[in-house]
Amino acid sequence: MSDPRTQIRNGTIASLALLVIFLAAWQWGPDLLGVPTFIVPPLSMVAREFVHAWQFDHLLFHTGVTVGEVLAGFILGSLLGALIGYLLGMSPTAEFALSPYILALQIAPKVAFAPLFILWMGFTVYPKILVAILIVFFPVMVNVLTAVRSVDPDLINLARSFKATRTQIFWKIEFPTSMPPMFAGLRIGSTLAVVGVVVGELVGGNQGLGYLLSFGEGQADTPMVFVSIVMLTLVGGIAYLGVIIAERQVLHYLPSRSAGQGL
Amino acid sequence: MALARVTRLEYRDVTMRFADRTGHGALTAIRNVSFSVRDGEVVALIGPSGCGKSTLLNIGSGLTAPSEGQAFVDGERVAGPNAQVAFMLQKDLLLPWRTILENVMFGVEIQGVPLAERKRRAERFLASFNLAEFSGHYPHHLSGGMRQRAALARTLAVDPHVLLLDEPFSAVDAQTRMVLQRDLARTLKQSGKTALLITHDLAEAVTLSDRVLVMSHRPGTVIDEIVIDLPHRDDPIARRHEPKVNDYVARLMDRLDIGHTGIEAPGGAA
Repeated sequence: MSDPRTQIRNGTIASLALLVIFLAAWQWGPDLLGVPTFIVPPLSMVAREFVHAWQFDHLLFHTGVTVGEVLAGFILGSLLGALIGYLLGMSPTAEFALSPYILALQIAPKVAFAPLFILWMGFTVYPKILVAILIVFFPVMVNVLTAVRSVDPDLINLARSFKATRTQIFWKIEFPTSMPPMFAGLRIGSTLAVVGVVVGELVGGNQGLGYLLSFGEGQADTPMVFVSIVMLTLVGGIAYLGVIIAERQVLHYLPSRSAGQGL
Repeated sequence: MALARVTRLEYRDVTMRFADRTGHGALTAIRNVSFSVRDGEVVALIGPSGCGKSTLLNIGSGLTAPSEGQAFVDGERVAGPNAQVAFMLQKDLLLPWRTILENVMFGVEIQGVPLAERKRRAERFLASFNLAEFSGHYPHHLSGGMRQRAALARTLAVDPHVLLLDEPFSAVDAQTRMVLQRDLARTLKQSGKTALLITHDLAEAVTLSDRVLVMSHRPGTVIDEIVIDLPHRDDPIARRHEPKVNDYVARLMDRLDIGHTGIEAPGGAA
């Protein structure tokens, strides 16, 4: 009964059934409940809008801009977060000195910086990338920092007893130990990067899915708003999936990675 | 009984103080500990919890400097980690991202031994501990006993003169422990390595060593030395059948005041 393979198969069937129900409810639900199409456009209308936007509104171009910003923000933010995480993890004094400011910056809602960055850098892609960097930075940095801090001191002593240098201890012990928590941070970061970019695009500019979103809102074009939301979800989903795939490759040595495909 | 064998490990008047939790006074963990271990000798160190046994091990391996006194390995003062000494703990400390072979090579890799030689040494020890077929596996695939044997192989692969063993088998079940004790005893005898074995298990101390040192409560110091005059140091299972083992254990219990004050139970069920 509780054979894992049966569980996976039953789970997949249930999941697909839910999708069909959801799509059906989207298509016929608004009409049945008397909700006007400018409030909730049915599925077929959104699909038509998608084709229209693809042909006449440069949907692919705007998606490409958003993807580029998400990628740039995510990669730079993760690198910066990891770098600072390792540095602070290895220097308790630096962490002590900087922790109140890091905490303050972490509490401050990062998306609130978007208007400021646009004032500084104009209606370019840079303020959007910067918001994404800032928002991705924290989960990665905090996870790396905690991981470096929590390395088993006996492991470090073992390496030291073999006369390991500081560099060897980092590359052979601390860096690999930090991989699982770092990937947990990257997962969070990959979805947050999309949030950062969209907020930046909503605030100002004439490119990207966030722009399309606010354009649709201005035109009271509800289907276009829906199309933008679907595309943004897709972008975030692919980014998340990319991290998961990389994680499976890197952390292949961890037990029971394959069982329970839970995300 | 002065043997003509060279002294491998020596502690001379070693005292160790730590700052206590409040940060004011100092807490003396060990006081005026002096003893030496000759080449090829296995010495067990027993004593109540917190008497500073592990501190002695850290001092011997050069990870911690003593507050007073000195430790010597091969006649040279221990000033930091050195290639003559290797230690092994209760925890196997295998790296989960390395295969068993890569784990066994860890020490020699850090010491800069060329890859071919590293592999040769690691494979030799894996074979002698019956782990050859698991060399490509990751640690989580192996049982606790196998992991501990891999840890021992890693310790021996650096070819140290002195092994410092801190309760190496206290985390495995009783049957596995006996097998591991036999493997260790055999290896120590065959390779002629010198070892200092910290243990809570009195029977382990008696069956594996040439000599047992008893330490007092904190501040720990050596209060007794018992020479184990029994055959089969390379086979603890055979040694267990010697009737005198029980006399030695009883004497150690007496010296540790077991039955009067409560010392913590030996790790795991015996």
